[in-house]
Amino acid sequence: MNTDTRSMVRITVNGKVHEQQIDHRSTLLDLLRETLRLTGTKKGCDHGQCGACTVLVDGQRVLSCLKLVVTLDDASVVTIEGLDTDGVHPLQEAFVARDALQCGYCTPGQVCSAIGAMDEARRGWPSLVTPDLANAEVELSTLSREEIRERMSGNLCRCGAYPSIVDAIEDVARQDANGTV
Amino acid sequence: MKPLSYARPRTQAEAAALVRRSPDAVFIAGGTNLTDLMKLDVVTPDLLVDVQDLDLTELTHHEWGTVVGAGVTNAGLAGDIGIRRRYPLVSEAILAGASGQIRNAASIAGNLLQRTRCGYFQDVTKPCNKRSPGSGCPAIAGAHRELGVLGTSEHCVATHPSDMAVALAALDAVVRVRRATGSVSALTLDELYRLPGDRPDRDTTLEPGDLVTAVELPAPTGAPSRYRKVRDRTSFAFALVSVAAMLKVEDGVAVDVRLAYGGVAPRPWRARTAEAALLGERPTDSLITQALQAEFATARPLPDNAFKINLAASLTRAVVRDLAPAQKAGR
Amino acid sequence: MTSTNQAVTRLDGPDKVTGRARYAVEYGANDVAYAWPVQATCARGRLDRAETDAALAVPGVLDVLTHENVLRLHADGEISPAHMGALPDLLLLQSKDLVFRGQLVAAVIAETPEAAREGAAAVVVVTEAEHARLELTVGDDEAIVPDITNDLSPGHVARGDADRDFADAPVRLDTTYSTAANFAMPMEPHAAMATWDGDRLTVHASDQGPPWTAMTLAGLLGLPPSNVEVVAEYVGGGFGSKAAPRPPIMLAVLAARLVGRPVKVALNRQQSTSLTTYRGPSRQRIRIGAGTDGRISSVIHETTGQTSRLTTYADQTVSATRLMYRAEHCRTTTNVLPLDVPTPAWVRAPGEAPGMFALESAMDELAVQLGMDPIELRVLNEPETDPESGLPFTSRNLVSCLRIGAERFGWSDRRPEPGATSDGRWRLGMGVAAATYPHYLFPSTATARVDSAHRYTVRIGAADIGTGARTALHQIAADALKVPMSDVRIELGRASHGSAPFAGGSMGTASWGAAIESACRELRRRISAGGGIPDEGLEAGAETLEVMTPSNFSRHAYGAHFAAVRVDRDTGEVQVDRMLGVFATGRIINPLTAKSQAVGAMIMGMGMALMEAAEPDTRFGGFVTQDLAGYHVPAHADVRDIDAMFLTEEDPNLGPIAGRGVGEIGIVGTAAAITNAIHNATGIRIKDLPVRAENLLLRVAVKAGER
Repeated sequence: MNTDTRSMVRITVNGKVHEQQIDHRSTLLDLLRETLRLTGTKKGCDHGQCGACTVLVDGQRVLSCLKLVVTLDDASVVTIEGLDTDGVHPLQEAFVARDALQCGYCTPGQVCSAIGAMDEARRGWPSLVTPDLANAEVELSTLSREEIRERMSGNLCRCGAYPSIVDAIEDVARQDANGTV
Repeated sequence: MKPLSYARPRTQAEAAALVRRSPDAVFIAGGTNLTDLMKLDVVTPDLLVDVQDLDLTELTHHEWGTVVGAGVTNAGLAGDIGIRRRYPLVSEAILAGASGQIRNAASIAGNLLQRTRCGYFQDVTKPCNKRSPGSGCPAIAGAHRELGVLGTSEHCVATHPSDMAVALAALDAVVRVRRATGSVSALTLDELYRLPGDRPDRDTTLEPGDLVTAVELPAPTGAPSRYRKVRDRTSFAFALVSVAAMLKVEDGVAVDVRLAYGGVAPRPWRARTAEAALLGERPTDSLITQALQAEFATARPLPDNAFKINLAASLTRAVVRDLAPAQKAGR
Repeated sequence: MTSTNQAVTRLDGPDKVTGRARYAVEYGANDVAYAWPVQATCARGRLDRAETDAALAVPGVLDVLTHENVLRLHADGEISPAHMGALPDLLLLQSKDLVFRGQLVAAVIAETPEAAREGAAAVVVVTEAEHARLELTVGDDEAIVPDITNDLSPGHVARGDADRDFADAPVRLDTTYSTAANFAMPMEPHAAMATWDGDRLTVHASDQGPPWTAMTLAGLLGLPPSNVEVVAEYVGGGFGSKAAPRPPIMLAVLAARLVGRPVKVALNRQQSTSLTTYRGPSRQRIRIGAGTDGRISSVIHETTGQTSRLTTYADQTVSATRLMYRAEHCRTTTNVLPLDVPTPAWVRAPGEAPGMFALESAMDELAVQLGMDPIELRVLNEPETDPESGLPFTSRNLVSCLRIGAERFGWSDRRPEPGATSDGRWRLGMGVAAATYPHYLFPSTATARVDSAHRYTVRIGAADIGTGARTALHQIAADALKVPMSDVRIELGRASHGSAPFAGGSMGTASWGAAIESACRELRRRISAGGGIPDEGLEAGAETLEVMTPSNFSRHAYGAHFAAVRVDRDTGEVQVDRMLGVFATGRIINPLTAKSQAVGAMIMGMGMALMEAAEPDTRFGGFVTQDLAGYHVPAHADVRDIDAMFLTEEDPNLGPIAGRGVGEIGIVGTAAAITNAIHNATGIRIKDLPVRAENLLLRVAVKAGER
């Protein structure tokens, strides 16, 4: 049995491949913030209770504080810094326009979570408040505010920007006729 | 957290052997609860055995039922259209738990085997019989509002926090386990989970190296179902009390009734006493109240959680009102 | 066109939504190390020693900070007067007395966060524990009436003879309320990175007031103030808990000194519960004497809170009661019981939030008792001048807030008899409550500079903790300079920019804005006096002198909260369908960010009403509730239709900015509006916060499951 406490891990972050020795205790969140200096991903609780550390791993939103890096060999991670290589993602613009933030600390997690949540809706995934679970059709462009709120409830915002965050997500979701968001 | 080694075996046999060999080894799947507990020093493994390469992500529907691999994510199970149509109770329960991000990472086995969220269990600077046998249970005279009333003991009043498991209990799901020795067992949830008694440190009957490989759901009964959860905020909170209810009414009487409760016991609590009282009867409010009284006759309520008994009864009456009239309307 | 009074999008929005904005421990530093606290596990006793051998043997551990190797602090050094209450908690490891569970007893400093944490678990702390007093009770012999409470008003205040008047009043209400302890729980936990360069210190801190924090650090470290720089460019919320330096900042400073490297300290939620303060619990009693016509003649408001052994802290829980309604006789008394608990301190509207829950609930009870509409009862008792001081109000407009809010909210649809409205399994109700918050101003400095290319830079030491101050001050500067905002750069969040009050007390924009306006005007004067801008540019500084001393006016903001709730008949679950806050806060610099702030405070008020409870551990000390899974704050799903609006007000007696601040009034009275609505829905009067499903369930459900 391998008794090393570190392993070589290959992980892609925002399109860039990193290969390095990883302490098995290291979380993806600490790798991003302390090693890769990608501090846009925030540490709000470190225990999966606030959503501030949300990133996309292989396209799905997850909490980076609860992911050990060693389990992510060959995974691809996208953080707030890598959402749009050409500039700013429409959702980021919508957050500014709607004043969907105050202190800004939960904001990257809200944005990444919303992008993951919109993708889930686009794939027809239900939420607790989806009226008919047996119906495979969940339309992102007509997703209700109640649906958005439920799907975003893993992202706490202590400043209370919630109504504006829902406004911003709604703005972008409404434009989702062809899945180009 | 102390330094630890890591293995990512390719076969179940190899995985089981690794865990069996090392007293402080644990399996890791999604890691959502384990990582949390490791950071709190509640769980202090020296070896993580990663199950992601063990082909545990099967999800297949058959006439006789459905097989869900232990490594399927909570989101994957809740979102599966077959599950949504055949076992909406499972989807509802999963979607009532945790958050989108956690459901994307957490596995089915991890959900079943997650540990209690009792505040004393999670704080290693305080006594807890579940974490440190014999140290005492401060919850009984302390903060226990969220904790259990049924199946508890003088040593532990922790609750099992899963929503999904409550639905699985109602559906008579079976947990498939590959024993460390290589044999295969199929356990009902009542067989998987043990009550605390004087050994609250042992949540389940599993031995080191036993690997949960799948959950099997028997063929759907077609009985209308509902999962309802009462909690301190609207979403992203553990249950004070939840109920997974299935009820089929014919000619006004209950011909199939299943009730399971979350938030009240160390395991998802299948209420067989209450079910027996309701079966073949008209599910009136007063009968439900009596049935729940019988179910909770063995309860050990504490000053701040005794309300759960009333709440469970009231919630059940409400859910049955929702389920029963729908059928009168000619379904 | 002016820049102020416009809904300008947040200046730092683009940096925040892209993750570029850097918070305290997000700055790079060579050789940075990490410190992890070791905390006392007894609530009262003596530290004997911290055994560090095992910790020092952990690979990566650099050193262990203990009471033996810690730098001696100058406890009598000159600190910010605002930090007197915070001071004792900052004297880390200076004494072996243990006075609350969670107190710092050592800290492990390591190359990596993992090693620091592993090392901390290996430190063996030897203590002699003593019996601790942990439970807040009313009427305890050890409780004291403090000379002053947090707003500097006395612990005992009386006008007329309220007790005698109440005894003889035709209509009497005598009622008690309680509120749970609350955590600020800003999304960014308290954090700091300290870097020493000889005897110069730089601290990147999650802090609401860099200049005052620098002053206090310099005083305690025995350094000249100019040797300490505190940087707080971005702060992930604070809500009062970061308005004074707290232990994490001092820990970073002391740890960095010990190892001679930059050190980061980032607390987790568990540590935050004991090392960053909290809103103390309250036990309140209110008595109101009135005539049968509803005219209030006497109000008695008593409160009991807790404090630590380190300092006598008392929220101004009863202060608002003295000025809200026309009552000839009034007595307010604050009791505070010292316990072996962490030190409570400022959390958003400290005192006003819990106190106005009680007063505004009592007003609703009185209205029910009198059979009056709760709005009409308040209007009837509206004073013409401040009942406490006799001074005229700069403006009040509470009646307008109530009337306009009622109109907007559809108050006329409310049926006064409880339980009259339902929707399926839901019982529906509406409630109202009034709000007030004092207007404070503090002296501040600011500088304005222009270069030869007509680019302006305005600097102030203030922090934008999410309030929108950076944007509002940018707008104020542009108007004062009479140039477009795009010509002005605003730089915030550094102590070296000059003294400025912390972001708190809803006084930031008015205090800082006055200094900025003054500096900008002076710069313009110099530009025109000099006939242009020389190559090296021009600079002007300003220092305002307004202080908080009583003027010839009573200066307060007012507001009215409306709530519509639904209560599940079967389970007691409460949902807030709608909330509306109408506020009279003077001039609004930026309607967009001001509304966000008010709505956010209302949501925090909803949390206080419905879910926020920091449960004390009355056996071991500290709190049982230690994380965001146990300490529930509102999530997206809790927040439906919430709106805030501001009356158009001109208030020339307020000072140059003429705005009264919007940071706190949104959380004052909110909880009462919600619980008053619950009463309207169910007939059940909630007297203890937060509302629990079981408090509603037990009264509506039939008894079941009795053994």
